[in-house]
Amino acid sequence: MTAIRILALSLACATLAARNRPAAIPDNPDAATILHLLKRTSYGPRPGDLERVREIGLAKYIDQQLHPERLADAAMSARLSGFDTLDMSTRELAERYYIPAMMERRARQRERATNGETQTGQSPDAANQRAERQRGVAGAGGGAPAQNQKMPSEMRREQPTGAMREEREALAELGQQRLLRAVYSERQLNEVLVDFWFNHFNVFAGKGVDRIYLLEYERDVIRPRVLGNFRDLLGAVAESPAMLFYLDNWMSADPEVANKPTMLRGRGRRPGSSKPPPPGRPRGLNENYARELLELHTLGVDGGYAQKDVVEVARAFTGWTIENPRRGGSFRFEPRMHDDREKIVLGQRIAAGGGKKDGQRVLDIVATHPSTARFIATKLARRFVADDPPPALVDRAAARFRETGGDLRETVRTILTSAEFFDPAARNAKVKSPLEFVASALRATGAEVGSALPLLRSLRDLGMPLYMCQPPTGYGDTAEDWVNTGALLNRMNFAVGLADGSLGGIRVNLDRFAVGSSNQASIAGSIIGAQPSGPTAATLAKTGEPAKLVALSLGSPEFQKR
Amino acid sequence: MISRRVFVKNGGLALVSLGFAPAFLARAAEAAGGRRRILVAIFQRGAVDGLNMIVPHGERAYYAARPTIAVQRPGTAVDAAVDLDGFFGLHPRMAPLKPLFDRRELAIVHATGSPDSTRSHFDAQDYMESATPGVKSTRDGWLNRCLHAREHQNATPFRAVALAPQLPRALQGTAQALAIGRLNQFGIRERGANAGVSPSFESEYAAAADRVLKETGSEAFEAIRMLKNADPSRYRPANGAQYPRSAFAEALRQIAQLVKADVGLEVAFAETGNWDHHVNEGASTGQLAFRLDDFARGIAAFTADLGERMADVLVLTMSEFGRAVAENGNRGTDHGHGNAMIAIGAGVRGGRIYGDWPGLDPQKRFEGRDLAVTTDFRDVFAEVAVRHLGIADPSPVFPGFRVSQTRFRGFLAAS
Repeated sequence: MTAIRILALSLACATLAARNRPAAIPDNPDAATILHLLKRTSYGPRPGDLERVREIGLAKYIDQQLHPERLADAAMSARLSGFDTLDMSTRELAERYYIPAMMERRARQRERATNGETQTGQSPDAANQRAERQRGVAGAGGGAPAQNQKMPSEMRREQPTGAMREEREALAELGQQRLLRAVYSERQLNEVLVDFWFNHFNVFAGKGVDRIYLLEYERDVIRPRVLGNFRDLLGAVAESPAMLFYLDNWMSADPEVANKPTMLRGRGRRPGSSKPPPPGRPRGLNENYARELLELHTLGVDGGYAQKDVVEVARAFTGWTIENPRRGGSFRFEPRMHDDREKIVLGQRIAAGGGKKDGQRVLDIVATHPSTARFIATKLARRFVADDPPPALVDRAAARFRETGGDLRETVRTILTSAEFFDPAARNAKVKSPLEFVASALRATGAEVGSALPLLRSLRDLGMPLYMCQPPTGYGDTAEDWVNTGALLNRMNFAVGLADGSLGGIRVNLDRFAVGSSNQASIAGSIIGAQPSGPTAATLAKTGEPAKLVALSLGSPEFQKR
Repeated sequence: MISRRVFVKNGGLALVSLGFAPAFLARAAEAAGGRRRILVAIFQRGAVDGLNMIVPHGERAYYAARPTIAVQRPGTAVDAAVDLDGFFGLHPRMAPLKPLFDRRELAIVHATGSPDSTRSHFDAQDYMESATPGVKSTRDGWLNRCLHAREHQNATPFRAVALAPQLPRALQGTAQALAIGRLNQFGIRERGANAGVSPSFESEYAAAADRVLKETGSEAFEAIRMLKNADPSRYRPANGAQYPRSAFAEALRQIAQLVKADVGLEVAFAETGNWDHHVNEGASTGQLAFRLDDFARGIAAFTADLGERMADVLVLTMSEFGRAVAENGNRGTDHGHGNAMIAIGAGVRGGRIYGDWPGLDPQKRFEGRDLAVTTDFRDVFAEVAVRHLGIADPSPVFPGFRVSQTRFRGFLAAS
């Protein structure tokens, strides 16, 4: 009890401090300050961005980015207009792509079974499963041709044609969309936050039918809410088939109910199990979503909950299921799967008979828990400021989160306008994630992306295949997560490939990097968005080739930071 | 003491051509720091049918449950099981591994698996690679945690290598691990205008202000040099080893190259797929037989190729779960529970099948249908971590699991 009171007291103090502290946006920012702001609120400065922000002023730029709906982004829409699937419902995706591909797979299976199949020794299930694991279904997918070259002959025979290939190409549009937006959208902070929140509420495309749910998940659940209210976002995620399937809640049922023969033998089992459960095995409570809701989505692992709470939360969410996932169905509350008895969650009583409201009540409890404010504030500050974010800033952001009832725009604003954010020590302190590295390289060089498919493959090679992060933790957000020998070499190779045009479908106009009116160091400086260090400048001074200059700039240690 | 790292940096490795390492160099390396023990983990993705791989031919229930796909009792048919101990036998396509069993270099742990009952490939592989059954949010893999548990000064960039396009879950984590598709493509791709760009990158990183980037960069270029000196394109397997032509065998061949190149390998990972035979699995011939043929010949070639270096190397095979005891309506098998793991090489007390055999009678099956699990797969992993990798305190490798040597099956000699 005392601990809670002390916590409440210190939070109250922090709130006061936040009110009294003026925003710390510099009035006459130098180039380094502006570039710092750009590197954190966007996927890196483009040529001309520095001057544009200087003209607008930092405060106004931040405010504009916090209100993406007010920023025109017509060119972005035009770029995406060629993708047919982006406006589709999951049901449409299922009917047009997923189900035909599944039927084709089955037909092959039957064909093989009749032929005895000793040639390749492959079963379609296995091929499908491998495809899911290795190919990066929705994200890194798409690029069939180049990948085939890398595949050993044993696997090459299994290349899908027809419906299976169409499915893969369709699902790769999601990844292309994400990458193109990161590079070209004017609503850059919004894109950074889409990445942040998708990753916070991570779902893995390689888990069965989840691959067709990701489009609506990102488009309808995450994207519209990244600057909205946390409870609203949490609720939308909780009802999303993508999350319900990924963390198995869709099949979580009151064990008591499941044991009654009339109940789940027939109907409750059906919503989309990949293989029918074995006879005599009742479906029961599944704690996966409940655990990750507490550990990863809200309170954090040390947020003050016990295993008992996990079970109670799981009981509250029984019956939150999906109507026929194999056909792209929607969220459904199934009272017959629901445990309608009383629950006690984090010390709060949820009375019996609440039905679907039980889950909503849990979301209310966890969304307003002090640990949640702190956990979200810490993660946001880590993303925008430093791997080990300044505690005072985390305190203020958490306080702002609480006093605004979880207003994400205001929480982010608190961070972006803080003295800690503009502290020179924060500059170039973060190592870019692979997505940030790739997008910033394209932005810095003014690259024209004809096809984003090669970039999706690059992201896979760099260790960050889009939508293919398997654990619900999402990708890490510290230097430690991204700096390793193989990935670093791949970054240099990406830089080389982008510079010499061998990535395919991506053009960089090298003329603008010709040594002439400006010298190597200043060309590199404009690409890196910071003055290259003495040794890097010395290395660059030895090269006159624009392609090499671009490669050595993008692959330099300086460019790996933001 | 001269560390091998220094030794290598001073050019010793320049003389070591893969497969042609002069004996004195190997001895020198050994003297300089001792050859490290190496674990080669092999994942059979898709859930191999362990009951047809390591056949319980002494079980009447096995034959009753599998009228069309059972492997026949040894001596009763042309292509029957290869007997091991009078009760278990190898699938006939696994025969290439029989000599290893006879030489007591190969042990089997049967009826091993997860305490979690999931029959989802995705979840079960996740649980096995993180070694935290039932817990999805474990960020790193158990092999990565093994690396942390045996940090040492002589670590090289090739400490942990997956011969795969992507780092498998088991090796993901904060300890350095490499995913290499093909050894001879490792490095900076210099072409055209970018010819000669590699040394420039190297000098950039040598002078990097960021300590982690500087160190990692120098490791990366050191790794390139090490591999270049080892000259993988000239590799010739030793002792007449014949690797089958498959992606899996190719991965093993490259692991053998790395072992012999003395580049500091400690943990290697290879995977083999297409074990999910719901339809027309086959018995002595057919789909499963075809896959086992590649699997066994690949491993047999690997052990032959390594020859005496197998004294340092332990091969451990695993698969996410087993398959149902009874065949289904399509002459295949559905997802099951317990399975068999195979250990070959260093320290193995081979020629035996370990574990308590639960029996296959319907009432002895898990949930009435599957081979029950009598050895938690983490007890197998832990035995490897402690007895092979020399990890004194394995508890950080297995969070949420109390490792107890009393539960070790003893397939490895206590060193």
